[in-house]
Order: sequence, then C-alpha cells, then structure tokens
Amino acid sequence: MNKYEIRVMLLSGLLLSSFLFALLYNAFSRKIDVPACIPYNAAFEKGHFKQMDDSTYEVYVSAHMWAFDPAEIVVPVGSTVDFYLTSTDVVHGFNIDGKAVNLMAVPGGVNKVTVAFNSIGTYRIVCHEFCGVGHQNMMGKVIVKDKNDQ
Amino acid sequence: MTISLPYKRTILFGLFMPMTLFILGVYNGIMQTIYQAGVIHRSSVAGINYYQGLTLHGVINAIVLTTFFAVVFGHVTISYYLKKEPPRWSYQISMILMVVGTLMDAFTMLAGTSEALYTFYAPLKDSPLFYIGTALLIIGSWVAFAGWVKIWFEWRKENPGKKMPLAVLGTFVNFTMWFISTLPVAYEVLVILTPWSLGWTDHINVPLTRMLFWMFGHPLVYFWLLPAYIAYYTILPKVAGGKLYSENAARLAFLLFLILSTPVGVHHQFSEPVFTPGTKLWVSILTFGVAIPSFMTAFTVGASLEYAGRKRGARGLFGWMGKLPYFQKENFLFGYFICGLILFIFGGLSGIVNASYSLNQMVHNTSWVPGHFHMTVAGPVLLVILGVSLYIYSTVSGREIKFRTLATIVPYLWMIGVALLSHGMMAGGLMGEPRRTNMGLTYTNPDSELFNKHWVPTSTITMIGGFVMGAAALLYFISFFATAAGKKTRESIIELPEYEELHEEKTIPLLLNMKPWIIVSVILILFTYVPALISVFKYSAPVKNKFQVESPVNLIK
Repeated sequence: MNKYEIRVMLLSGLLLSSFLFALLYNAFSRKIDVPACIPYNAAFEKGHFKQMDDSTYEVYVSAHMWAFDPAEIVVPVGSTVDFYLTSTDVVHGFNIDGKAVNLMAVPGGVNKVTVAFNSIGTYRIVCHEFCGVGHQNMMGKVIVKDKNDQ
Repeated sequence: MTISLPYKRTILFGLFMPMTLFILGVYNGIMQTIYQAGVIHRSSVAGINYYQGLTLHGVINAIVLTTFFAVVFGHVTISYYLKKEPPRWSYQISMILMVVGTLMDAFTMLAGTSEALYTFYAPLKDSPLFYIGTALLIIGSWVAFAGWVKIWFEWRKENPGKKMPLAVLGTFVNFTMWFISTLPVAYEVLVILTPWSLGWTDHINVPLTRMLFWMFGHPLVYFWLLPAYIAYYTILPKVAGGKLYSENAARLAFLLFLILSTPVGVHHQFSEPVFTPGTKLWVSILTFGVAIPSFMTAFTVGASLEYAGRKRGARGLFGWMGKLPYFQKENFLFGYFICGLILFIFGGLSGIVNASYSLNQMVHNTSWVPGHFHMTVAGPVLLVILGVSLYIYSTVSGREIKFRTLATIVPYLWMIGVALLSHGMMAGGLMGEPRRTNMGLTYTNPDSELFNKHWVPTSTITMIGGFVMGAAALLYFISFFATAAGKKTRESIIELPEYEELHEEKTIPLLLNMKPWIIVSVILILFTYVPALISVFKYSAPVKNKFQVESPVNLIK
C-alpha cells in the first residue's frame, strides 16, 4: 500500500467521522433521535387517546390487520403528542407523512416517539410493512386543527 | 485447466437452474412496477397475486440466484487458482441440498402457501417446507465451502511458503462470514419457525426472530457483493487491459469485511422498539466502518482502470475514463463490470444515508430502500453474476457464446433501466411512498380515497425503468440460453482472466493470516449482540400469534 492508499483511507475515515458528528449533534443538541425503548406490557394493546394538558397528548396506537386504532387522531395546532405503538397480530409500519415519524409496530414490543404538530393540516399515516393482503388499505390520519376550531 | 465430468456437470447445472428461475424473478419484478404505477388496479395477474410475485422476486433473485452464483463462482475461482478440484462428495452433496431446498421454496411459493416475502417476518406464517428449504439451500453452500477448505490445506502442504491467492482469500473471507452469520438464521428457521409453523409451539418472540433474521440479513448483502469484489480485483484489471494497483489493499479490504459485515444487522432495525438507542448508535458507527473497505475498493479499482486507460494513451486527469474498452464484443465482460461500478457509486452513497441512525427515519421502509438496493444487488452484484455466468458457462461447457452483440449491449441497457427505476423509487420514498405495497389498488388509484397524486409520477418513472431492465434481461436470456443450447466446439476448461500486480509489494504477515481477523470478528459480534439480546428479553414478550396473509384471524385460539 502506498501513500495514496493511506490518504484514501484517512479521507474516507474523515468523511464518515463528519457524518457521525452530524448525527451526534442532532441527537444531543436538537433532540432528533431514534425511537425510545419501552418495556412491553399487554395494556398497550388497547388503542386510546389521552389529553394530559392543554397542549400535551398521549396516543396509544394499536395496529392490526388492516387498520390503526384509533384511526383518526384530532389535536389542536401546537400540540406535542407522545405516540405509543404496538401490534396485536403481525408486524406493521407507521409512517406519518411529512413528520419524519417512522416506526415499526411489532407484536410483543412497544415503540415510542414524541412529535410536535405546529402546522394545521391532515397528516396521513401509512403502514409501510407488508402485513397481509389488505396491506395497501391500511391508513390512519392525524388532523391538526386551529385552536378555536375544536 | 481441464475438468472432470461430474464437476463440469455440477457447475453447469448450478448456473443453468437459477438462471431459468431468474426468468420468473424478472417477470415478477416488471409486474410489480406495473401494479405500483397504477396502470392496473388488480390484486393478481395470470394467477400470481402481487405479494406472491414479490415473494418470488425477492427469494429467487436475492437468495437463490446469488447463493448459487457464489458457490459456482467459488468452485471456479478456487479450482483455477489452486489447480485442483474439490472432493466429489463436497460439490455433489452441496448441489443436491441446494437444488432440493430451492425446489421446496419454489413449490410452496407457487402453490401460494408461502407469501410472507423474502424476509419471512413472523407472525406471518409460511409453509414449514419453505423454512426447511431455505435452510437446506444455506447448508448446501456450507458443504461446498468444506470441500474448498480441504483442498486449500492440501495445496498449502504442497506449496510451502506461497501466499494464499487473492481470489482464494476473498472467497474464504466471504464464506467464513457467511457461515458465522447463517448460524443465527438457521437457528431461527429450524428451531423457532418450523415447529411454530407446524403447530408444535404456540409462543413466539417476534423481536427475537427479527434480530436473528437481520444478523443474517445484512451479512447476506456482503455475501452477494464479495464475489463481485473478487471479480473487480482479480478479473477486471485484466479485461480492462491494466494491472491491479495494489494487492495488499485488496487483501485488507476483504479482511475488513470479515470483521465488520456481521455485527451491523441492527441498522435495519433503527425504527423498531426493543433495541436501545445506544445499540443503534454503535451499529451505525460500525456500519460507517464497513463503508471504508468499499471506499478503498473504489480507489484501488479506479486506479487500476486509470492505469489501463493511460496505457492506451489517455492524457489529462480524466482522459482515461474515455479510453477504456467499452462496447467490445470480444471483451464483453468489461461492460458488465464498469456498469456495475457506476451504479455502485450511487448505491453505496445512498446506503450511507440508510445507515445513518436518526437520518434513517426519513427513509426507513419507504421505496427509497429498494431504490438504494437495486443499485447494489441489481447493480454490481447482478451484472457480475450475468457477465461471469455467461463466461463460465462458455468455457466450462466448451461452447461458443451466441448472440455476442446482444450480450455486449445488455449491461449498458440494464444500467439505464436501474438508474430510472432507482430514481423513481428513491424520489417517491422521500415523499413517503411505502415499499412492498400494491399501490395500484389504493395509493395510485384515482378512484380510491387513499389516492396520493404525488406518487404517480415517481412510480411511473420506476415502471419505465422496469421495462428497460426487462428488455435488457430478455436480450441476456436469448444469449445465455442459446449458448447453453449450442454445440460443443472446444475443450471444456476452467479458466478465468487473471490480473497482474502493478508493482511488487512487501508481504505483510497480518494480511496473510485469517485467524486474528476471525477472532476480532467474533469479539465484535459478541460485543454488539450480547447487549442487543439482553434488550430483546428485557423489553419484549413472546406472543401467541400466527397469521396467514389472507386473513386477520389468529390461527392460535
């Protein structure tokens, strides 16, 4: 191996280190991170919706063939929502359009992510893991409304 | 070198059978692009439903074709460089196991009893025959490796002091990594899934099965890729008319793959519960590490090509790129190699996005992912498989290559097809288009309330790419099968274009001994997967679930 090869290794190492720095910066400074780890409990299998205070919500989403429960989630603009996600049958996906929320719903495991909804609109939730013949019909919605429009 | 009749038959059958199945794999690939673009709004065409076709496409193209090629290419490289045939029991038992396993898989997929795609994620249930068939295919490839190890030790005794040839090192690295990483999937299919599928057990820990699958699933992609790397290092310099820039760099790249290929599987699971962010970050760093041998390969192969171009009189910084033997009938292999390399630049870079921890949230399970991996597995991997299969079939059978002109233009056409297909998929993926979905029924169907107009143009580009790839595949099949049906005109031999080194290099003992690297590999695997396994048991619970794709009714009461 000559000096050019050593340089290539160093340069590619440096490039990848800069990517790693970007990831760490986002994880620690801007709190952009991967889903959190929650111990499994069968209580998560029941889909429901909880308002914690004016702008904080907890949504327990239960995915099953071929729908999300609850299928429609309505929150006022400016809300922060904790999603807890599991599945009662097979593996499903949970991708909120335009929000970079991208989770797997795995039976026997609970996924958690926190999202802020700061603009009004309808965010579609697509199942993106094959879950049987009805997979392409499986969709949910988050509707973010004006605060005065409840 | 000359070749015995049973060895010759094994090699030719090992090329012919998967190539025949590949017709079915290609057909189902094209069909998917048509469904997805919303040109047809149907759940099945010609008796094969969308998800069954997707299962056939994935299993045939990504597991069957690639594994058979790795074994056959291994036979040819090992025999060519060691000038020996492996023991007859090894290649025959290996081929029988692989063929029986493949037929079991093909039968259950065509019968519609295994439609859980090539990742066979539980609790969707496949036929037990599918799980056993897949295990037999894998075990068959181990047996071939055992035969090579035996003749390697014989060769070493007869040739004291000689270095292990580079192609042999590459093959041994690949199959050692393959052996280590297929143990977890063998455990998954034989100990967990088969009894569960037969109804002997009810409980299944789904996160555990997924972890075991991806312990194998990511090394699998290197198992596809390393035969292509072996060809890039040892065959390409010769067919390009140049020399290999550095053999030591090639050896180091292979050995880095040996230690870094297996402990990175969790990077397919960044969006899942159960693993801690710490494990995910660690795996992200390791995956960045495994990008380094690919950057090195890009440099070494690029430098070898530059040398070839300059020998032909190229000037300037980039002049060599224009002076390479493109579109030459007598040198058709070059096109397969160079087109694969060009696609792999983009395949590799998009792979770094996938590996990037939180950035993965933007693309996980969207069609970005198949967009990425069609530029790797349908890029360098498949193009090397196609080109080298034709070459080996011709030399080992002693038949002339038919329709050489067609075979020469195939890779260029294929590259254009993949570029379009991957562009469509990746652009759609960035707008949330899901992968593995019959979008024609809903998302790209204007009559459905789920219709999303943004995904129509992207999936249409994907479909056009699919048609171009289909046309290239058709031309290839004409050449391959006409060659196979031709008359024997020459002696059957085992032969490969062989590289020369650009300069004599110092021998580095550490690069000649696989043992320390295997030890580091095992340590890294334990360091990654022991914490991962502890999290699986801490954060998840087994469930009593078993489902078939057609129905939301649990088969376990």
